[in-house]
Amino acid sequence: MITRGLRRAALFVVALLCVAALWELYKAFGPEEGGEIFGWRLIPRASDRAMPHTWEMWQRLFDPEVRGRDTPIWRAILGYSWYTFRMALVGLLLGGIFGVALAVVMSRFKVIERGLLPYVIASQTIPLIALAPQVAAFGGNWDLPKWMWVSSLGAFLAFFPIAVATLRGLSSAPAASLELMDSYAASWWSTLVKLKFPAAIPSMVPGLKLAATASVIGVIVSEISTGVRGVGFASLTYGQKATSDPAQVYTAVFGAASLGLVMFGFIVGIEAIAMRNRPREVA
Amino acid sequence: MTTSSTHSSNSSSTSSLSTSAAVIVDRLSMVFNAGRPNQVDALTDIELSIQAGDFLSLIGPSGCGKSTLLRLIANLIEPTAGNVLVNGKSAKQARLDQDYGMAFQQSGLFDWRTVRKNIELPLELKGWNKAKRQQRAEEMLDLVQLSDFGAHMPWQLSGGMQQRVAIARALASHPPLLLMDEPCGALHETTREHMQAELLRICAAAQTTVVFVTHSIPEAVYLSNRVVVMSPRPGRITDIIDVHLGDERDEDTREDSRFYGKITEVREALRRVEGPGPDEVLPENATPPGPRGIEDR
Repeated sequence: MITRGLRRAALFVVALLCVAALWELYKAFGPEEGGEIFGWRLIPRASDRAMPHTWEMWQRLFDPEVRGRDTPIWRAILGYSWYTFRMALVGLLLGGIFGVALAVVMSRFKVIERGLLPYVIASQTIPLIALAPQVAAFGGNWDLPKWMWVSSLGAFLAFFPIAVATLRGLSSAPAASLELMDSYAASWWSTLVKLKFPAAIPSMVPGLKLAATASVIGVIVSEISTGVRGVGFASLTYGQKATSDPAQVYTAVFGAASLGLVMFGFIVGIEAIAMRNRPREVA
Repeated sequence: MTTSSTHSSNSSSTSSLSTSAAVIVDRLSMVFNAGRPNQVDALTDIELSIQAGDFLSLIGPSGCGKSTLLRLIANLIEPTAGNVLVNGKSAKQARLDQDYGMAFQQSGLFDWRTVRKNIELPLELKGWNKAKRQQRAEEMLDLVQLSDFGAHMPWQLSGGMQQRVAIARALASHPPLLLMDEPCGALHETTREHMQAELLRICAAAQTTVVFVTHSIPEAVYLSNRVVVMSPRPGRITDIIDVHLGDERDEDTREDSRFYGKITEVREALRRVEGPGPDEVLPENATPPGPRGIEDR
């Protein structure tokens, strides 16, 4: 168990080093001002401004955010990421509750499933970045903190994979088990709680994984357009300074990437708890 | 065998009263897809009376409607015509009152519950309190001789053990009637014979009436007081054969000439049901023409 964890961690570091090596390789041999293929500007620039050295990015983590301060930028990024993480978690929770409730209602009433599913699918093609300021402005009418609106946009993206996975999972209980519950004259609610829901959990786990990353994306995108100061907002403001400080934006990118990993790890933990005592799947 | 019960041979003495009939099937018919091109007459005019304490097997080729008959008694489906009475009530009322327990070919245990919790499931649904449930689960585990496995997950058990847990679950709430649809069907031959002996012991101890669907002739003969032979298209009862091998059945019973005699009797009844049809061309070295879906072993 421990050795497997160590091997995984080692693999992760090796993969990271490989990416860094590829980056440096291109930077060494790629054209400074980019290039064209059949008149299309497809070849990226390898200049220091577009592609700072990996070690410069690394070093930048330990320099202050703004000149003259003591705290290194990684501390600031950590703060932003933690804020974003909490918002994404709230979003995932809200989206999870809503998604599961929606799936239960849809599986109970096929009419609702047929009527609602097109709207559920359409909801996912709404451009979130345009919607976010509207929602935040809309929220001004209520006395709620702005971060809650950002969270709710995370929930907006998270509910969909959860609803779809749960809907599928709820119909996965074997016919014989349903017949058994019938023979006990079990109510709809008892059948849901004692059979259909537990039987749905293995299908819900992949949906939850997708939802977790979707919630992070929703929160980061909404931060940018609402000005809530998480890691998404930080990457926007750092990006605006790319001319003078090209490495800085990548520190925010590291922050966002680690945030996604932590979130994923969190879900894997939940999976391990939810799926303990289940038969191991034969791969 | 240490069965102290009086479950089989006394059925004649207790059946003198008509109210002691556990199940009465009255002119029952079942048609699937009525009026459409794929209409199936699953059962036609079934008449059957099962006395309390009886162990009755339903046997017949595939498509004779034996499982359908079991499901109708369980009120899992509604008949097209006719009536089923269970303990003098309508089948639906009997289901609502949980007057019967049921076991299927697949044990149908819930993966996410321990063996003990699986046995407690019908008791939970009946609203028993926790202490009573746990006590009953222990009794049932004891009955099926799996006391050491209460905390195991079902998938950690062998197929035969899982089936015993499913039977314990079916009997947990003291139902007067046990309905079983090929509970030994998915087991290996040796496990199956062991399971049959267990089943006799368990059912005798629980003093329950049993309706048992099978496609194995020796199984039906070994277990039952009566074997009901059914024919397909449309599903009908063609013979009811009294067996009564006695209460002290054990492994020697399987070597007994009376056992073989009854097997022959059931087999011949099945041959009359579905001999080789005129349009059925049998390849050389084919097994002797017997009804489809029947095991002779």
